[in-house]
Amino acid sequence: MIKSSWVKILIKGEIMGKISLEVNGRKVEKEASDNTLLSTFLREHLQLTGTHIGCDTSQCGACVVHVDGNSLKSCTALAADVNGSKITTIEGLETNGKMHPMQEAFKKLHGLQCGFCTPGMVMSAVDLLQKNKKPSDTEIRDWLEGNICRCTGYQNIVAAVKEAATKM
Amino acid sequence: MKDFNYHSAKDSKEASKLASSSSAFLAGGMTTIPSMKLGLATYKDLIDIKNIKKLSGIKVSGKSVTIGAATKHVEVSNSKDVKKAIPSLSSLAEGIGDPQVRNRGTIGGSIANNDPSADYPSACIALNATIHTNERKIEAAKFFKGMFETALKKGELIEAIEFQIPEKSSYQKHPNPASRYAIVGVYVAKHKGDVNVAVTGAKSCVYNDKEMSKALSGNFSSSSIDGMDLDSSEMNADMHASAEFRASLVVTQAKKAVDAC
Repeated sequence: MIKSSWVKILIKGEIMGKISLEVNGRKVEKEASDNTLLSTFLREHLQLTGTHIGCDTSQCGACVVHVDGNSLKSCTALAADVNGSKITTIEGLETNGKMHPMQEAFKKLHGLQCGFCTPGMVMSAVDLLQKNKKPSDTEIRDWLEGNICRCTGYQNIVAAVKEAATKM
Repeated sequence: MKDFNYHSAKDSKEASKLASSSSAFLAGGMTTIPSMKLGLATYKDLIDIKNIKKLSGIKVSGKSVTIGAATKHVEVSNSKDVKKAIPSLSSLAEGIGDPQVRNRGTIGGSIANNDPSADYPSACIALNATIHTNERKIEAAKFFKGMFETALKKGELIEAIEFQIPEKSSYQKHPNPASRYAIVGVYVAKHKGDVNVAVTGAKSCVYNDKEMSKALSGNFSSSSIDGMDLDSSEMNADMHASAEFRASLVVTQAKKAVDAC
């Protein structure tokens, strides 16, 4: 993919860069300062608040999104740094109002309680199934190492990922 | 996070031209960005080197594996060539951080940062690596200077890391139970002439344990280092592991590595 060049413009006395992304299949172009994190860009510039900020120190994984098909913690990347990429957030998983099989499985098997970690869990798990169609329990647990859940004890999350694997 | 100017460099030349005393190169950003968010580091300019094509990729020759500095951990762990030539290097990459870190973090970034608990520096020491920069070649043994300190000069950019293919090798680590970083990691590599036992996590900087190297060069068996009483006076001590425990872990992990060779 050809990355867009980084163009600087001056808006209200602040130097901003133009971010061009494809987010959930839609082309977006917005100005943002160089220190804008991808998570901030998604939540505050595009109002896609499904991507959560849990720890803000790259540990919890609530902010996981896909960048050019691979999962990434959006609180640990600059918007400028992914300029020109294709992004999928939790909002981009459904098709025509129908939940993604991974979301269905989390709902069916109670893979969540408070739900705060769920967007990141689901995005991370979807990336796993893209790369490993039939993961074992150990492989699921290893993969979700970067996603922390303080409610479920993980059992139902692992069960949900296994269930989704049969549907995807 | 404090304000800075983001630049994306086309080639190494442009990257080093943009560098100053208040700049940093940005590769995966897996340490740089969190450090800046926490206010532990501030830079006026961040120079993104990810889009420099020459810095990514893996080349295997008869004697060595050369990995471009901006090559991601996931690319090293998935590489069939690395798996064949140095399987322990591929499994080390597979054990770094979590999948999201491996999708983004780079080998050059890891060694330039030289975190005392990082995995890759031990591979560099054990596998007699040569660090290729835009200015010179540096032997791994002279590259890692101290905690977060390397031989790199301001504006000097790592372009590739060349690892010597050993006869046998293995990397074993005792991970922190929560964060999974190496409380102690030991990379054992048996080369034609000698054995390297590179240790990470135990001291302020990665090092080659001469005592164990000597014992294993004489007899490459875990029994030759069994019960070895290492000096713990310079070892790290924190809430996770005391210096004495770390000294003991170094021997345990080294034995595991030898047995796994």
